[in-house]
Amino acid sequence: MISTALRGRSGAIVWILAIGLALLLPEFIPSKAALTKMCLIGIAIIFALSYNVLLGQTGLLSFGHAVYFGVSGFAAIHIINLIGRLQLPIPVFLVPLMAGVVGAVFGLLFGALSTKRHGTAFAMISLAIAELVAASSLILETFFGGESGVTTDRSLGPSFLGIDLVSQSQVYYLIVGWGVVSAGGMYAFTRTPLGRLALAVRDNPERAEFIGYSTRMIRLLAFIVSSFFAGIAGGLAAINYEIMTAANLATAASGTVLIMTYIGGVGYFYGPIIGAIVISLIQLSLSDVTPAWLLYLGILFIVTVLFSPTGIAGLLERHLPPLRAGLFHRLIPSYLLSGAAGLVFCAGAVALLEMNYHVTLNAHEGPLLRLFWLTVDTTQPMAWVLAMLTGVVGFFLFRKTWPYVANAWSDVDMRLRESKP
Amino acid sequence: MLEQLAISTLNGLIYGMLLFMLASGLTLIFGMMGVLNLAHAAMYMLGAYLGYQISKTLGFWPALFLAPIALGIGGALLERYGLRTVHPHGHIAELLFTFGVAFIIQEAVQMIWGRIGVPYRIPAELDFPLFRLFDTPYPAYRIFLLVIAVAIFVGLFAVLSRTRIGLIIRAALTNPGMVGMLGHDVPRVFMLVFGAGAGLAGLAGVIGGPIFVTSPSMAGTLGAILFTVVVIGGLGSVPGALVASLLIGLVQTFAVVLDVSLSDLLNVMGVNILRGGIFDDIRHTTVAQIAPILPYLMLLIMLVVRPRGFFGSRDV
Repeated sequence: MISTALRGRSGAIVWILAIGLALLLPEFIPSKAALTKMCLIGIAIIFALSYNVLLGQTGLLSFGHAVYFGVSGFAAIHIINLIGRLQLPIPVFLVPLMAGVVGAVFGLLFGALSTKRHGTAFAMISLAIAELVAASSLILETFFGGESGVTTDRSLGPSFLGIDLVSQSQVYYLIVGWGVVSAGGMYAFTRTPLGRLALAVRDNPERAEFIGYSTRMIRLLAFIVSSFFAGIAGGLAAINYEIMTAANLATAASGTVLIMTYIGGVGYFYGPIIGAIVISLIQLSLSDVTPAWLLYLGILFIVTVLFSPTGIAGLLERHLPPLRAGLFHRLIPSYLLSGAAGLVFCAGAVALLEMNYHVTLNAHEGPLLRLFWLTVDTTQPMAWVLAMLTGVVGFFLFRKTWPYVANAWSDVDMRLRESKP
Repeated sequence: MLEQLAISTLNGLIYGMLLFMLASGLTLIFGMMGVLNLAHAAMYMLGAYLGYQISKTLGFWPALFLAPIALGIGGALLERYGLRTVHPHGHIAELLFTFGVAFIIQEAVQMIWGRIGVPYRIPAELDFPLFRLFDTPYPAYRIFLLVIAVAIFVGLFAVLSRTRIGLIIRAALTNPGMVGMLGHDVPRVFMLVFGAGAGLAGLAGVIGGPIFVTSPSMAGTLGAILFTVVVIGGLGSVPGALVASLLIGLVQTFAVVLDVSLSDLLNVMGVNILRGGIFDDIRHTTVAQIAPILPYLMLLIMLVVRPRGFFGSRDV
């Protein structure tokens, strides 16, 4: 994990600003809906960061990370109910820690089965375990509550220093608090000898074995750490939603955290944070607008895998040197040109997809579709031809203009090299 | 009892052979390229939907050929222009790519054909009872599926063991680098095998669709079961895929009809343990209910006992 931008004093300033922003956001955006969304994003950030301990740091691709999030969430629900029933003097804001321990225990159990291998085999086993747990969740009804899930009331516990978690804003600050602790903990983990060895195991397991370390043990320990923080996220989710269902540990949930982390950028510590924010915002804003948003998410993911494997964080890091050297303005014209062409292509493609979705899924709403600021009649062949034409022309223009971007970059790279002694 | 046994065996065999049609392509691709194609089950689903669409206009028999060919070409293109691009970034990147493809196929199918299933029916020519097993009429279409699957197995076996391309494929399974050094175009072989695997998945979809409901959820669980088949059979081993497919097909089919639970067993033995809470769930769960998780349990046991699977030459 290389983190060039957020290091040293300037890095610390960025982190402090980010935490300050997270604490002050409810003051700027006082709406209740926004607060709910920010809670969701906060949980997603912790979850994605914990996933990156596996993928980015240890090189383990898991298709079942939601298992540890979900099982811990269910455990948290039962713990809160127990606190309420027995009137235990345990404040509910400590429940995420216990959920984390539950996550770590399951991480030890399933990690012992899967961390002997890495790469594709590990991914396969993680998928099998995920399916196993997902299927079991419908059988073990006492714990998982079957189809309807289990519920709780977060205000059941004792009030402690005025923290009773009745209001959503208290839950938000709780999530921020645990988020800062978890992110700090995971960052500290990257600096420990074990965290460093995880990098070695990711890059060259054979050499790690030769210098005398058990790669399996290192993978297992990293797996447990990752499951612990996923458990904290699950516990926070239990407190936030007051309900856990089988969907929380399904493979689809594991897929979402993988997509978030990867699009954010697995090579950088802050990548998953960006990914969690961006994907959650896409999810929250697009899912109301279009039924096709999952398809767009899939396409975004494939494009990232194919053309920008370092994710959004990688793109940011790539632009920092020209920005620092004052060369960024040399890139702008080509970006504008190519970006315009790309927009034309996207507009055509989106129009086609939306019209298709409208015809198959929303046929009962009649032939008219509101697209951007236009109203399109999907029964008119002309509309389809125009959309297709826009897409094809846009694609052609994009192919033609992309070399300008490449040229601008090679020019900038050359100047960067020259400026360095 | 005997009647149920016979029918379940036949049903299990047929389900197992369908699994084999999918698993054989998957295991060959995995053995040669080290790529676990997560989109394989999605291609099976796409095959079922294409089969439905084509048989609506042209009839079932053209669909039987056109849909697999379309998927085969699609698969080859996917390998050529997608997988080969991410190949330099390693296996994780390839896995992520196929994961993304599966995601997109899943969404695209829902976009085109809707979120609920389509009424893909057994073609009228094959919709009759072929013979009576004891007193139960047995549908001809299931036997048709069995015949096709056996033909595929024989054909695959003949190609792999008797032809020159089969020889190269088998060589590339063990040592792709050396086969490349000997002057064979290994990337082209990869592309062909990937296309053939996708075509086989499409064929399985076309003939499996009418029996197993054609809906957007058909890819999800099957995909994970396929991976267990490939691991249990041994990576890259076609005979292993056959044995493991039949085993899992039979186990799952038999488990579904077994309506006994642990508490029945304990009652018979006169033991009175495991009472209360979550243990009640475990005791009262019937074998039929745990049928969906049996393949994964078998996989976990296999990984502990024999990580290379039945016929594999190397550990997973």
